[in-house]
Amino acid sequence: MGKEYTIAEFNRILDGLAHKYRLIGPVRREGQGAFSDTDAVGYGEFASAEQLILHEKSCFSPKEFIFPIRETLFRFNGARTEVPEDDNRDMILFLRPCDINGIKRLDAIFINNGGETDFYYQRLRKKVRFFMIECREGFDSCFCVSMNSSRTEDYSCALRFSDDTVSAEVCGREFADAFSGGAEVPFTPEFVQENRVRVNVPPPEKINYPALFEHPLWKEYTSRCIACGRCNTSCVTCSCFTMQDVQYDRNRMLAERRRVWAGCHINGFTDMAGGHSFRSKNGDRMRFKTMHKINDFYRRFGFHMCVGCGRCDDVCPEYISFAGCINKLDQIVREMSNDK
Amino acid sequence: MTNNPYIPFPSKIISVVPQTAIDWTFRLESGITPVPGQFMELSIPGIGEAPVSISDFGPGWMDMTIRKVGRLTNAMFELKPGDILYMRGPYGNGFSIEHFQGQNLLIVAGGTGLAPVKSVISHFCRHRGQILDFDLILGFKTPSDILFHGEIEAWREFAGVILTVDRGGNDWHGCTGVVTRYIDDFKFHPGLTGAIVVGPPLMMKFSVLSLLQRGIPEDRIVVSFERKMSCGIGKCGHCKIDNTYICLEGPVFAYPQAKQLLD
Repeated sequence: MGKEYTIAEFNRILDGLAHKYRLIGPVRREGQGAFSDTDAVGYGEFASAEQLILHEKSCFSPKEFIFPIRETLFRFNGARTEVPEDDNRDMILFLRPCDINGIKRLDAIFINNGGETDFYYQRLRKKVRFFMIECREGFDSCFCVSMNSSRTEDYSCALRFSDDTVSAEVCGREFADAFSGGAEVPFTPEFVQENRVRVNVPPPEKINYPALFEHPLWKEYTSRCIACGRCNTSCVTCSCFTMQDVQYDRNRMLAERRRVWAGCHINGFTDMAGGHSFRSKNGDRMRFKTMHKINDFYRRFGFHMCVGCGRCDDVCPEYISFAGCINKLDQIVREMSNDK
Repeated sequence: MTNNPYIPFPSKIISVVPQTAIDWTFRLESGITPVPGQFMELSIPGIGEAPVSISDFGPGWMDMTIRKVGRLTNAMFELKPGDILYMRGPYGNGFSIEHFQGQNLLIVAGGTGLAPVKSVISHFCRHRGQILDFDLILGFKTPSDILFHGEIEAWREFAGVILTVDRGGNDWHGCTGVVTRYIDDFKFHPGLTGAIVVGPPLMMKFSVLSLLQRGIPEDRIVVSFERKMSCGIGKCGHCKIDNTYICLEGPVFAYPQAKQLLD
């Protein structure tokens, strides 16, 4: 059973929630598109339903609110280190099932991998509530169904936005009062059943790594990929970062240590002291990313890292299709298995 | 709130001993007892943080032999005894000493690769009875690149030492040539010998091939990897090779696993 509200009624609910929570959803960032006089859709704070962009896919994911692009870890103040306070308010992320599933991938790395919990990620993650935006159709480049991430039950509230109304299914007690009004309607969220893009992920047990490692498939990407890293920054599951120090006063030892997003496609990612590096060819980086998203992560955690949001395909200036790469890889793995 | 693994602790520099013009050993105050082969994340506030292997340790101190090659290490070379460095760790698995006990041990190290394995050598020099034959093949580019001169001479009392340089010059009367040449000529009982190989990637590759050719079984060869870990705790992604995190499952690997790690 669910509730139905007019847009005005729903906005009043948002007003009430905004006292306690930061409301974060897909919004238009004017003038920030890839081309002049174009807008980008990304995640940001909003106040009313009209600000939400629901008919275009965001080119950035909501991950930056849990894993900020640039994050001060601590400040050196003489002999002391001080961890900055974070924004104390809890936040509600309005996001689609693929992104909720994407954040589970971030949880796997930041909370579980290696047995040590990432203090900063955990601190923000605990503040997050999911309001799921119902997604029945997806967009052109989505392949969430193939990646088994089109559905989720992990949300505090599911929302269906229509032209004049918003239907809501509220789970648990936290938001029961906020949604106490409204007419009762039969509403349970539906999920994407089928995408236009389908991928076949090669079964991890069939992947013959040394042979695939040298496969000419990757050479194509050496000539096409320009290592801009947009696939990494738009991806909801890319979790890599690099430490960065900023100095204010050497003598008084005033400085701060930050972490900033890093990406396996971007130059310098594997640089070591003395100038040695790995994967200097862009095709090798494509191989590394592809294997991480649909093989390596699975072997470690039991589910694929890629959630099929398709943002990497949307933002690539060279029109490289990650879905296409997965399908090519699958074909190659099939041929290799038959050869044996 | 949970423990914050990124906060480093200050550590006073006890001494700075130049090994070569660009490789200095920093001895730092430390209450940590690491496993040989583990690494620390070392930093100077406002300059940066980098992973550095522990070259030796004892009660109250830890040595790190550092080459001046970048932003952080340039700044480190301006520091003096009494100055403060920051560090966190130790990280990684390190060498399992027990793995080598009761057999012959051959250690092949190239250049700064000697640093992470130095505490293994120190251990077996102190506990010489734990292994049978003990041999070191140590390679450097030129005589002026040789690290741990004094220690190497002291090790000769406990181990067979072959010290070789790629290019000797007129004043050099020792061995010349790459380490693999000395592996090929080395006399040992392959079935009873374990080997540790640490050094630059190419040196490791060809040294392991030579050892395999000489009949040392794969599972008795141990290598140590080098990567630039930003976090040391399996989060930052810099050291990942397939589903392996070098900072967590390594940097020390038995060869059967190491040979699968393609990068």
